[in-house]
This record gives sequence, structure tokens and C-alpha cells, in this order.
Amino acid sequence: MHLANYLGLLHKAELHLADAFRQVGDHHAAEPDVYQLSHTFAGQCERHAERLQPFVDRYGEDAPSEPDRLHSELFRGIRSGGLGLLRDLQDLYLMATESDITWTMIGQAAQGARDIDLVEVVKACEGETATQLKWLKTRMKQAAPQALVVAR
Amino acid sequence: MTHAPTEGSGAGDRIADPWGARTPYGPEDAWPVRIDTFLDGVAEAQVDRWVHSACVLCSNGCGLDIAVAGGRMVGVRGRAGDRVNRGRLGPKGLFGWQANLAADRLTRPLVREGGALAESDWDTAMDRIVQRSRQQLDTPGPGSIGFYTSGQLFLEEYYTLGVIGKAGLGTPHMDGNTRLCTATAGQALKETFGTDGQPASYTDVDHADTIFHYGHNLAATQTVLWSRVLDRRRGPNPPRLVVVDPRPTPVAQEADVHLAIRPGTNLALLNGLLREIIEHGWIDRAFIDAHTVGFDQLAETVGSYDPERVARICGVPADQVREAARILGTGERLLSTALQGVYQSMGATTAACQVNNLNLVRGMIGRPGCGVLQMNGQPTAQNTRETGADGDLPGFRNWDNEAHIRELAELWNVDPIVIPHWAPPTHAMQIWRYAEQGSIGLLWISATNPAVSLPELPRIRSILASEGLFVVVQDAFLTETAQFADVVLPTAIWGEKTGTFTNTDRTVHLSERAVDPPGEARSDLDIWLDYARRMDFRDRDGKPLISWHDAEGAFEAWKACSRGRPCDYTGLTYERLRDAGGIQWPCNDQHPDGAERLYTDLVFNTDPEVCENYGHDLLSGAVTTATEYKASNPAGRAILKAADYQPPHELPSEDYPLLFTTGRSVYHFHTRTKTGRARQLDQAAPDAWVELSAADAERHGIGEGDLVRVESRRGRVEVLARITGIAEGTVFAPFHYGYFDTGGAEPDGRPRAANELTITEWDPVSKQPYYKVCAVRITKGV
Repeated sequence: MHLANYLGLLHKAELHLADAFRQVGDHHAAEPDVYQLSHTFAGQCERHAERLQPFVDRYGEDAPSEPDRLHSELFRGIRSGGLGLLRDLQDLYLMATESDITWTMIGQAAQGARDIDLVEVVKACEGETATQLKWLKTRMKQAAPQALVVAR
Repeated sequence: MTHAPTEGSGAGDRIADPWGARTPYGPEDAWPVRIDTFLDGVAEAQVDRWVHSACVLCSNGCGLDIAVAGGRMVGVRGRAGDRVNRGRLGPKGLFGWQANLAADRLTRPLVREGGALAESDWDTAMDRIVQRSRQQLDTPGPGSIGFYTSGQLFLEEYYTLGVIGKAGLGTPHMDGNTRLCTATAGQALKETFGTDGQPASYTDVDHADTIFHYGHNLAATQTVLWSRVLDRRRGPNPPRLVVVDPRPTPVAQEADVHLAIRPGTNLALLNGLLREIIEHGWIDRAFIDAHTVGFDQLAETVGSYDPERVARICGVPADQVREAARILGTGERLLSTALQGVYQSMGATTAACQVNNLNLVRGMIGRPGCGVLQMNGQPTAQNTRETGADGDLPGFRNWDNEAHIRELAELWNVDPIVIPHWAPPTHAMQIWRYAEQGSIGLLWISATNPAVSLPELPRIRSILASEGLFVVVQDAFLTETAQFADVVLPTAIWGEKTGTFTNTDRTVHLSERAVDPPGEARSDLDIWLDYARRMDFRDRDGKPLISWHDAEGAFEAWKACSRGRPCDYTGLTYERLRDAGGIQWPCNDQHPDGAERLYTDLVFNTDPEVCENYGHDLLSGAVTTATEYKASNPAGRAILKAADYQPPHELPSEDYPLLFTTGRSVYHFHTRTKTGRARQLDQAAPDAWVELSAADAERHGIGEGDLVRVESRRGRVEVLARITGIAEGTVFAPFHYGYFDTGGAEPDGRPRAANELTITEWDPVSKQPYYKVCAVRITKGV
């Protein structure tokens, strides 16, 4: 049973995403919308990780030990200016995508394992991750023409 | 305080009594006529002619005639037959016109020479603008040009500007100060009903048995509409009144229930009111099932906001929440209104949507006495929104709907790729950010004064003063903002030019030229027509993009653009407006005399081919896609949206222990550019102040009239203290006061503009700045 690996992957992905949202938000604090929403989203990600913790513990006992190989590291530090903001949001987008698809897989597995509690947690959290993605896309679409065509 | 003499029946001393004498009436009666007149130094017999117009000093749009004698404006008189005011005028309407005659009107263009503004001529000034425009268009392109306009010009001017920006230059960076006053109203209407457009009518005051004013100090913001409410309250079978405001405003004092909530907590209260109404079964289930989507989600979201929880968050007694909900829940004809207390505060759009939801769950919309007025702040803000001079597309078209873009491209005969529609048009706060970062190099500001009205003024002044930014200002006076400009264009104003404008309840008025503008001043329309000629904007066939040459031509062009859209003007003409006075849109074949209320058939504008946008996630402002929207299948039903309360981001702390909020004086408008130049209004409220509660005053050793310093993390003001019944922990300052009459563009010694203190932050959906919630500290002396 590899569910524990995937739970570990998602748990870690959410914590990394929380951290990345905070870093990007703080660095781009001159964009008040980015600052405020990044912090809101970071809080959501942390709550997601908290809600996953009992399942990580429950399934973790018989987990094969290879979760690190599954984890990818997209975000390697913040950049400045309009283009830097776009690149940072794009990294957040890719990281959130990893969470998003992993929620889907955990949801599938929870059904397979007939774990109603886990199904409930997935239901409660995956929508927030989807909204994070939608917001990132909205903000990036707005910023891209100015950053890529107009700004020097 | 000096009081000016006034003439005319019912006028009296309108500085001491801004609302005038009562003319009580009952439900179903017509609101009695009361004609207010003010003539300065002449008798009625000496007036040469009366010129048809309406007032532009608030969003009410009261019909009036301008008195002209010897080629000069000498006074005003309310129009008895006008549906909006039935002859009445407020103090700003009675006295504000005198600003036209001010000695310091701009009469010649100014250009910056060697660091200072110098008088020049139109060719020189326009050449500089055209030259800079061409440079910006060449490199880096149209995205380096931004426009920041107003809620105080005429429809014809906005539409012309919109076409120049969207089809001539092709810039997405167009917005107005309407972003500061009315963006949330428009956005909440779009989220709930599919498009902008006020569902209710002012005549609903005549029929309502319950009125709910939320964050809306009607007595100061729309004095004549407040007279209408007071006249109902003094007549037979008066409506019950529920008011939410942290201050003991005249509206709050009149209320049956006044909820003096802590600033920033609107959504918690509204969720609580909705919960009570749902719990008690005061809902119209059949209406909800047939005409709305999203009720289950709404009920689930508000379910946890019991009165005790609301009381804790909002700082009001739980029983008061219950009583307010009972009144709102048990009336038969509910009229709800909202303004800046909702729009400029935390969770703005979400809270405004809950005001819509209150009427919808009660099934009270689209019939007499039942409706919602998401108020506008400025006289012509509705037109900024309709014509696409702000962050919208003309005719309430949807930037994300290719069919709507094709309609505009065909109308203007341009390639659709020219019209920016790859994202929502850029909102004002983002335009200013791009100017700050240098990617906008030309910023053209018309009829507004951001150096006083935007949040965090130290930042705004530094952007306006930045080396790489070329600033054009179009104004009648050398405002604080104009003093930063590279080119200043002197404008003709209301009474000196012809055009139409539309008030909050969709009433369109024609305002005609009564007198000549001073010196070389030109109308904003003529300036933009001249710019279009000089820039030689062409359509796809090589013909001039702008085919009109005057106001009536622009109006006819706009009518074609509005055809088939909710704001359909095709049944209106200048002649009809001249004869009939104010007429409400839509006015077309279906509604030849205009439509008093929208949605009388309970079919809302949420069809995906009709709607103005596909909506947003209310917490984040994330855009809903066309596919997602279509899947939700609103199909002409109203959309009940809900979200949880979020606390304000800047809360009181040890260093900054008080909440700060801003608002207005009944005697002033915007940044006093006009009202500060009308003697009676200026003398009634000549200087800035702050209001604080007796408990806070005692805690800080402050007495009535003391000079105090108020500081936030961004700046400070030094003004006189007034001790009032405002909620403890909250400090209020009026936003009107700047520095034009104290010596310049910025504080010289004593800072007094409320926006020295406010925060750069905005609602995620409407992008309206949060003027009503930040943290400050107060100390006696300076």
C-alpha cells in the first residue's frame, strides 16, 4: 500500500507551498493584493497539512520509505520587479498544481480504501487549492502583458 | 458659521437645515412638489433665461434650471416636474454653482518649463501630449499609456474617451475615480444579477414599508433623497428604518434600529441577519426556487453566524441584531440601500452581495417598494461604468465573451485584436502601480484630484512627481494634482457645455450650456475630439475612428453602442430629454418611456450571452471561466453568492490602538474643488477635523476643539478634535480637505488630508480601496 507515500507527498507539498506563498507575499509586499492573498493562502495550506496529519500518522506505519524521491522542488527563491513577480507566481502555480493533482489522487485512494474521513478532508480542502490556482492564473494573466511586452 | 440669505419657497436657511421643510406624504401618494431656489443678488424678474440642467454635486441628479442674467450664471431653481427631486435642491446644489464664477478658474493651457508651469496656448500644449503619445506608442507600445478619469464628466465625454483608449490607442489601462466610489456597487450587481444596472427606483421610497440603509449616510450623501425618506417618515404609515453605521449620523438617529458596528465587520453582521431571516422562515421559498441559484450554499455559509457570534465580532448587542433581522424579515415591501460603509470596507463586494441577497431571499425585487439601490457616489459615475471609460467595456459588455468584443469591433470598424480584452481592464490602483514602476509613462488625469483622493498620499505625490512619468491634467482649477502636471488643460465645466448624465436610479438628464466658459477653456469632449484628430486615429477603412464632432453626435454614437444591451438608450434624444426632463433607461421600443424598475419579469441578466462577466470567487477575486459559469446554469436566475467574514488586515495594536474611518460632510463634495469655492459651503465647513468618542477623548486627555495629531503607519494629520457619539475605539475624519487653499499641492506645515493616513489595499473583487479601515493613534497637541 503506497497511500502513505502519497499522503506524505501532499503533506510536504502543502507545507512547501505555504512557505513559498509567504516568501512571495513578503517579497512582493508592494503589491498589496499579492501580499494579502498570499498570506491567506499560506494559512489555508497549513490548515490542509494539519488536517492531513492524522492520516499521515495512520497510514504511515506501513509505508515504504521513498517519499523524498516523489517530492519536487520548483521554488528556488524570489525575484524582483514585474517580471520577477510573474516568475514567482508561475512557480507558485506549478507548486499548487502538484498539490491539486495530488488531492485528486488522494481522493481516489480514499474511495478505494473506503476511508470516509479522508474523503471528507479531500472534499473540504481540494476546492481551496483549486481556487488558489484560479487566483494565480487570474493575477498572472493580468500581469503578463505588462511584464512581458511593456516593462523594460 | 455665517448663513447666506436664500430665496424661494421652502428654501429657508439651507446651511442650518440641509434638508429643508418637510412635505409629509403617505404610501402610494405622489411626493409633493417643493421648489427650492437660490438667486445671488438678483430677483426672479431680472433673470434673462432659465437653462435646462441637473445637479452634478452628488449621485442624486436633481433636475434644475440655471438662471442666467447678463450672460452670467446668477442662480438655480429645482425643476418641479422632475421625477428625482420634484423641485428640491440640497445645499450643494443651491450654492455649489458659484464655483463656476471663481476668480481662480484656469483660462489658458499650462506647460511645464524649467520645472515650473507656465501659461501657453492650445497648439503647444496639445503638441506636447501628441508627441509624448507617439513616443509611448512607438516604444514600448499602447500599454505604456494610462487614463484616470472621473465620475463628474458627461456621458458623451466618457464614451469618446473610451473609444479613443480602447480602439484608437488600444490600452487596457483606463479607469476613473469611480473605482474609489462606485466600483463595488457595479461589481455586486454583476455578481448577483449578471450585469450592472440599478434594480430599484427612487420611487420605491414612496412605496416601501421597510427601509434599510447600510453604511449609507444618506443625509449627507444624497440630501434630497433623504428629504424623501423623511417626508415618508413624517407622513401616514411611515416605513420602518434600520441603519448600520459606526457614527451617530442623522440617518442613524432617525432609525428604529441603529447598529453601530465596529468598522470592517460588515460581512459578519450581514451573514448574521441572513441567518436570522432564514432560521425564522422569513424567506420566500417559491421565489428562491424559481428565480435564484446558490441558496443552499448561502444558508450553509451563514449558518454559523448566530446573533451572539455577530455581537462579539461587530461590537453590537445580540438582541439588536435579532430586532433588525425581525424588521427586515417581516416587512412586505423592503427597500435596501448601500454606500461607502460597505464599498470602502473589508469584504466590500461580498458584503454588497449580501445586501442583494437579503432582498432576494425575501423575494422582494422588481415591484413597487421592493428593491435594492447599490448607490453611486458621484453624479455621473453610472456613465463612466456604462461607456467603458473605467475598467469595463462599453454597454456592459463582457471582456471574456468573444461575441461581445466582435460587436464592438464591428461598431467601431476595427480589428478585434486592437481592443484590449485579454484580461479585465486594469483597475486604478494597478494603473498607479504601473506608473510607480515606470511601465506607464503617460498618465492622463481628467476631472479628478488623486493627490487628495487616493489612499496613502505621500506615495501618490511621489508617483506624480517621478521623473519618467508625463502627467496630463484636465481641470477647471489648478488642483493639488494639477500642480504636479507636465501639461494642464483648462476645461469648461457644467453649465458651460452640453451633455447628458445618468444618476443612481438610471435617470438620464440633459444638461445644457448656459454660459460661455472663461478664457480659452474648452470642454473635455472638445479636448478629446481634438486629440483624436491630431493623433489621426483611423478605422479599418481608413476613415476617422471618431466620426462625431459635438455632444449630440457623441450621444447618437453611444445610442448605437447601447442598442440591445441592458442600458439601452436608443429611445432617447436630446429633444425628448429637453421636453420631458429626466427619463430612466432602458428606453427603447420595448420601454418607450423608460423603465422604472429592472427585472419586473424576474428574469435577470445572468444568461451567459448577456452577462457582463462570469463572476469571481469572492474571497480572492479569482475569475470564473466561461465554462464554469455555464455549468452553474444561472439561466436568467439571480446568483446568491456567499463567503465567510474575514477580519480587516490592519487591526488596532499597542502602537496604533484605534480604528480609522473616513467619510464626508454634507457641505462638501469630493476634494472641495467646487464646494470649497462656494462661499456658503466653504464657511459652513472650512477646515478638517477628527471625531472621537468621549471615552477615547478622556483616555487621551483630549477636549472638544483641541488640536490633535493622528498618525498611521503611513502618515499623519494635525486637525481639531470633535467629541461625538461615534463608536468607542473608532476615529473618523472627512476626506474632502487638501491643500489648494492652504498654499499648495502638499502639506506645508500642517497636514490635514485624511488620506495621509489611509492604507493602500483594496477589495479583491471590485478593487475598490479600503478607506474605512486602518489603525491609528491620537495625541493631544502637535
